Amino acid sequence: MDAVVVDKAGWMEICGMEDIPRQGARVVATATHGDVAVFRALDDAVFALEDRCPHKGGPLSQGIVHGHAVTCPLHNWVIDLASGEAAAPDKGCARHIPVRVEGGRVLLAAAVRR
Amino acid sequence: MNMIPTQRQRLVVVGNGMAGMRTVENLLRLAPQRYDITVFGAEPHPNYDRIALSSVLAGEKTLEEIVINDRGWYAEKGIRLIAGDPVVALDRAARTVTSASGLTLPYDRLLIATGSKPLAPPIPGLGLPGTCAFRDIADVETMITAARTGRRAVVIGGGLLGLEAAWGLKRQGMSVALVHLMPTLLERQLDATAGTLLQRDLDGRGIAFFTNGQTEQILGTERAEGVRLADGREIPADLVVVAIGIRPNIDLARAAGLDVNRGIVVDDGLRTEDPEIFAVGECVEHRGQVFGLVAPLWEQAKICAAQLAGDAAATYVTPPLSTRLKITGVDVFSAGALAAADPADEEITFQDMARGVYRKLVLRSGKVVGVVMYGDVADAAWYFQLLRESTDIAPMRDTLILGRAVTTAASGAAAHDPAAAVAALPETAEICGCNGVCKGTITRTITDLKLTTLEAVRAHTKASASCGSCTGQVEGLLALTLGGDYAGSAGEKPMCKCTPHGHDHVRREILAQQLKSIPAVMQNLGWARPEGCASCRPALNYYLLCAWPGEYEDDARSRFVNERMHANIQKDGTYSVIPRMWGGVTNAKELRAIADVVERYGIPTVKVTGGQRIDLLGVRREQLPDVWRDLNAAGMVSGHGYGKALRTVKTCVGSEWCRFGTQDSTAMGVALERMTWGSWHPHKVKLAVSGCPRNCAEATVKDFGVIAVESGWELHVGGNAGIHLRGTELLCKVTTPEEVLEHCGAFLQLYREEARYLERTAPWVERVGLAHVKARVVADAESRRALHERFLHAQRFAQKDPWAERAAGADAGAFSTLVPAE
Repeated sequence: MDAVVVDKAGWMEICGMEDIPRQGARVVATATHGDVAVFRALDDAVFALEDRCPHKGGPLSQGIVHGHAVTCPLHNWVIDLASGEAAAPDKGCARHIPVRVEGGRVLLAAAVRR
Repeated sequence: MNMIPTQRQRLVVVGNGMAGMRTVENLLRLAPQRYDITVFGAEPHPNYDRIALSSVLAGEKTLEEIVINDRGWYAEKGIRLIAGDPVVALDRAARTVTSASGLTLPYDRLLIATGSKPLAPPIPGLGLPGTCAFRDIADVETMITAARTGRRAVVIGGGLLGLEAAWGLKRQGMSVALVHLMPTLLERQLDATAGTLLQRDLDGRGIAFFTNGQTEQILGTERAEGVRLADGREIPADLVVVAIGIRPNIDLARAAGLDVNRGIVVDDGLRTEDPEIFAVGECVEHRGQVFGLVAPLWEQAKICAAQLAGDAAATYVTPPLSTRLKITGVDVFSAGALAAADPADEEITFQDMARGVYRKLVLRSGKVVGVVMYGDVADAAWYFQLLRESTDIAPMRDTLILGRAVTTAASGAAAHDPAAAVAALPETAEICGCNGVCKGTITRTITDLKLTTLEAVRAHTKASASCGSCTGQVEGLLALTLGGDYAGSAGEKPMCKCTPHGHDHVRREILAQQLKSIPAVMQNLGWARPEGCASCRPALNYYLLCAWPGEYEDDARSRFVNERMHANIQKDGTYSVIPRMWGGVTNAKELRAIADVVERYGIPTVKVTGGQRIDLLGVRREQLPDVWRDLNAAGMVSGHGYGKALRTVKTCVGSEWCRFGTQDSTAMGVALERMTWGSWHPHKVKLAVSGCPRNCAEATVKDFGVIAVESGWELHVGGNAGIHLRGTELLCKVTTPEEVLEHCGAFLQLYREEARYLERTAPWVERVGLAHVKARVVADAESRRALHERFLHAQRFAQKDPWAERAAGADAGAFSTLVPAE
């Protein structure tokens, strides 16, 4: 694994944009949030959610990404990537984690799993 | 008439086509008791919509759907129908007609509606097997049959009929060449610019054009093998369709001494020179004009019915004509003059060639006298109304060519959105050009009869019942009249909320428009959500994979997790791994390798499946490539236990061991699995082979089940042991293992091509009927071979072990977890 830089504000560089397929996700193991799914939408917007569906804990990282939403692979809940909220009529929220892209590198506001 | 006649007059109708029967329908409304009616038809069918034959050929409608009046209707109306027995003689002195079978019937009044015949040019070879016209049901059946066995078609004639024939054959899967005598297509309906655009679009859809092409000869001795053009070019073909035009069918009238010219000469009351004989439709000539479009036929039917009902003042005037082409996705409209005819005429044109939009108006004395539109015909009805009503266009001339919305806005009125366009039309605006139905009639009928569906409006008003190009407007009127109560068209259910289209329609369009990627499908078919959803994307991915094997690049992002990861996700997010065991047979080496893998990776559960394989449950995502690598090393490959794919082939031990076994069912099962593994399907597919009728492999609840008997193999299909238990139905019995393989490949390919995504074989067979499956897979050997070949062709690209690719490092990011180190 590449060396990772964590700056003073707590941003952790996790990978390059090209490491995440469009309409796909990568999983990051973190200390603060457990597994985190980092999504890249077709329009290159990047989002990060805890990799657990609010319904039954399904790995959202393995779902089909459409627009700024992902469908959970276990029971087809649709989760909004920006807010983590489940689409009506389902109710629930996957915690979202700040993420940003700088110079083609993806930065996550989470601590590393030690 | 204020007296009820004691004895009804005898009306004999010669011709069971659209014009004749529309006259009868109108007559029954006006004077239901006046005549005893007998109808002779040359074709052995009830009255059907000839215009819709193009849609039948294109696979958009069935023959049943285009019947206008079935035999029950004739019986109910007290009409005697003599179908399949043409009238061959007319004795005007005796007032009788005689049919081909020798039936002679007297008449008091006679209606000739013999329609037209296809023009048959004097080309050597015309009439060989493999040549036909495009005129009636028999022709369409010939063409559809030819498309099943042959590959190449040549259509002669680039007019409306020829283009629709070419398009239909293309949609039937043939490669199509079209030979046209003139330099541009549809030269009687379109100007050269629009004709060129049309050719460009159809060329893009895979039809090859030979314009300026004079057909010299149809090649072949036993049957048609191609055509030779005057310039020496030869085009090979298994089918040659001649569609260069029609001529009025006047044989009967001429033999009876009636006044004929190009057609049967009629007066303004549609009466021939014999006062007791009327004629309507494509067989007539009125004031020097003959007819090929439907709108004037309907007008004739109306006037003729009124005359027959006793209204001597009813007068026929040919209405202004407009043309549309019935090719899905190709929008063409024309009416009136195609070009300026003299220096006083003017033309206004608009063209955006990149978008494929072209529009021309021909003006004379400040009025629209001609409209040609290509690409965007939304305003066709509006322009046609300006033409028919001779509206003075001087006040709107500046913006006229830009369409109704801009013109309305420029005039100071509020601009309206296209959805509201139909609301803004006046009550007198014609909606259905084929049947001459105006907006007011439709809305009144909807209200008066409390209609709620498109089908009901078609039934009661005939609007949208012929060519269907006004369907959108009629639906708009339904929505407008009913408000929120209109539920939409009762056709095929939409695939999902992203699109109004159903599965079958989308599959047809993928082939017809040669759409080869998910974005292309979504763009061309107007997906509401640009990236679709988790329901439509996997379906589209499968349809494209099935349509374009070797060509379409599988989109992993549109695959459900199991098919993307090549393992079955479990409730805790771990996966299960099932290696393939050919025919359920394994050995010590494989079992040892499995045992080693279980121990090495701490796999918590090992389970024998119902499909005679071993399932390793609880494998973590990161472990998958290593587990596969170790299984690969022992010669095992993916069992596809996770996919909408060929799962298992269950077998019994058969004649090799069993004292009851009649054939080697295990070897048969292994051969079937070797042929079918790796194939993708609309849903999972399971096979089984039993060695005797005791059926220990439970073949009668499988998608394709084989049961050995002394004399060969019984093939069973459409079984399912899931939620809805369904036993198989017997497809057929065959003798050799090769036949088993061929029937299996053909059956699976038919299922792959026709079933809707997530529809298993059981509901599919129930939906389409076993008879259909038998027709394609059993009765028609050519069709079976072709299906089997297509299956094997697709397998060339599908039989790659996905585990081996990933164990070697493919798609590594999907399996690894990023564990950043500080």
